Amino acid sequence: MKAIRNLCLMLLYLFLLAPIIVVFIVSFDTRQYLAFPPESWSFGSYAKVFANDAFIAAFGRSVVIGLVVGLIAVAIGMLLSMALVRYKFRGRDTIGFLVLAPFLVPSIVLAVGLMLVLSPMGLLDTYAGIMLAHLGITVPYTVRTITMSLMAVDRRIEEAAMVHGASPFTVFRRITLPLVSPGLIAGGVIAFLISFDEATISLFIVSIRTSTLPTEIYRYLEYSTDPQIAALSVVLILISVAVVVLVERLIGLRKAI
Amino acid sequence: MRDRGLVLALLIPGLLAMLATFILPMAWLLRASFSTSTMVQVGFTLDHYRAALVDPFYWKVALNTLTLGLTVAGVAVVLAYPIALFLARTTSRWRGVLTALAVAPLLTSAVVRTYGWMVILGDRGVINGTLQSLSIIETPLRLSNNSFGATVALVEILMPYAILAMLAGFGRLSVQLEEAAAMLGANPLRVFWRIVLPLSLPGVLTGALLVFVLAISSFVTPRLMGGGRVFVLGTEVFSEATVTLNWSLAAALSVMLLVLFSSVIVIYQRALRRLEA
Repeated sequence: MKAIRNLCLMLLYLFLLAPIIVVFIVSFDTRQYLAFPPESWSFGSYAKVFANDAFIAAFGRSVVIGLVVGLIAVAIGMLLSMALVRYKFRGRDTIGFLVLAPFLVPSIVLAVGLMLVLSPMGLLDTYAGIMLAHLGITVPYTVRTITMSLMAVDRRIEEAAMVHGASPFTVFRRITLPLVSPGLIAGGVIAFLISFDEATISLFIVSIRTSTLPTEIYRYLEYSTDPQIAALSVVLILISVAVVVLVERLIGLRKAI
Repeated sequence: MRDRGLVLALLIPGLLAMLATFILPMAWLLRASFSTSTMVQVGFTLDHYRAALVDPFYWKVALNTLTLGLTVAGVAVVLAYPIALFLARTTSRWRGVLTALAVAPLLTSAVVRTYGWMVILGDRGVINGTLQSLSIIETPLRLSNNSFGATVALVEILMPYAILAMLAGFGRLSVQLEEAAAMLGANPLRVFWRIVLPLSLPGVLTGALLVFVLAISSFVTPRLMGGGRVFVLGTEVFSEATVTLNWSLAAALSVMLLVLFSSVIVIYQRALRRLEA
């Protein structure tokens, strides 16, 4: 009974991880076209990816966009969370709902809306345009993680500092900020990864000048499925894993999320 | 009074971002769907909705979308349930690793995982290649470039969401309750049917809803796996917006997608209320 259960679970996990495993295997195939099983093995596809200027440029753009979006999303998220957690004001519930509202809208619908707004401003296929679009889908995440770590902060520590003569700004800088920094880092990492992996909205906003890596891969896949994409996919998977492991080492993932 | 200024200062960047990235886009979307021009928002007409509602093609597209969403949600929930149930109840020291593995696919772009499924289901892919080299089949099975391929890939891509939603919704499961039922003579099947399943149903429902809404609004996977032969609302919105450049029709189709989406949410909330009552 238990053996059958474990076998079923293993099969389900195999299904869940199948694309990643297969991509990993195919990335070492030496042939120019997609086929299975591989005949001989090499790092040829990897060499080709690293020599592909279009991919390298798109990778660079994705990193820059992800970093800027992550930083701004954390900054905005921190300010919004401070207001929402620490102060009572009229319209707080409305704003709290509005912040999370993008979660409730399919991203393709939001993508059309963003395209319509960015187009007359001349922001289609610009860094400003794609960053603004990514900001919209990442701020809800940063607000959520930062709000949670802000609520976990013991107010008495802040009050103690205040009693001992610290100004509100000093309290914020020396007490509150260090205490919520795991939330800030986690929010920033999540925002970076979302921006870095996002394809749906990006495909509506960018074309040639500011194409990100996922959109570049998508356009490539419309015409060809050769092992180069497999090698590139493995690189991307390793980057995501590295980022997560780094965060885990730095602050502990459980605490962060 | 000083507080009020401070709160305002804290809120302004966020409010501006929300205005630019959510409120304005949604308003513009609605506006564009009534526009008499295809790319500029002017005038008022119901033509785009009429065109979409009169054309049998779009009825078929809407039906395809609904079928895809329901199939993907159903299959993903059935496959995710055993994993979620196992992760929620196990005391194994591998629990952390297994949980991480179950949601790890979320860390890879949907484009990358769609490519993985193209490799598995393609004409020279893993399944066809293996079957052919074993001489079991001669011509490749048609597993991709059709709605079957799109369905399989979407099930796998969205399963981690179902697992996460279920894990979060399984809070009411209790081992003591199951032990009590077993002690009172219920066999394992009866314990599952009468105790475990009813208690886990809210989590299952949330998982199904999440997968459904993500499936009906997807377009990257249906487009790449469908090879241009799968027509759902997502793919049509994308081609109207970027190929045909009829932005007003894209907006009207988006609004219709949003209506489909909202009605499902309403049904879900009714169902959840009845479950919890």
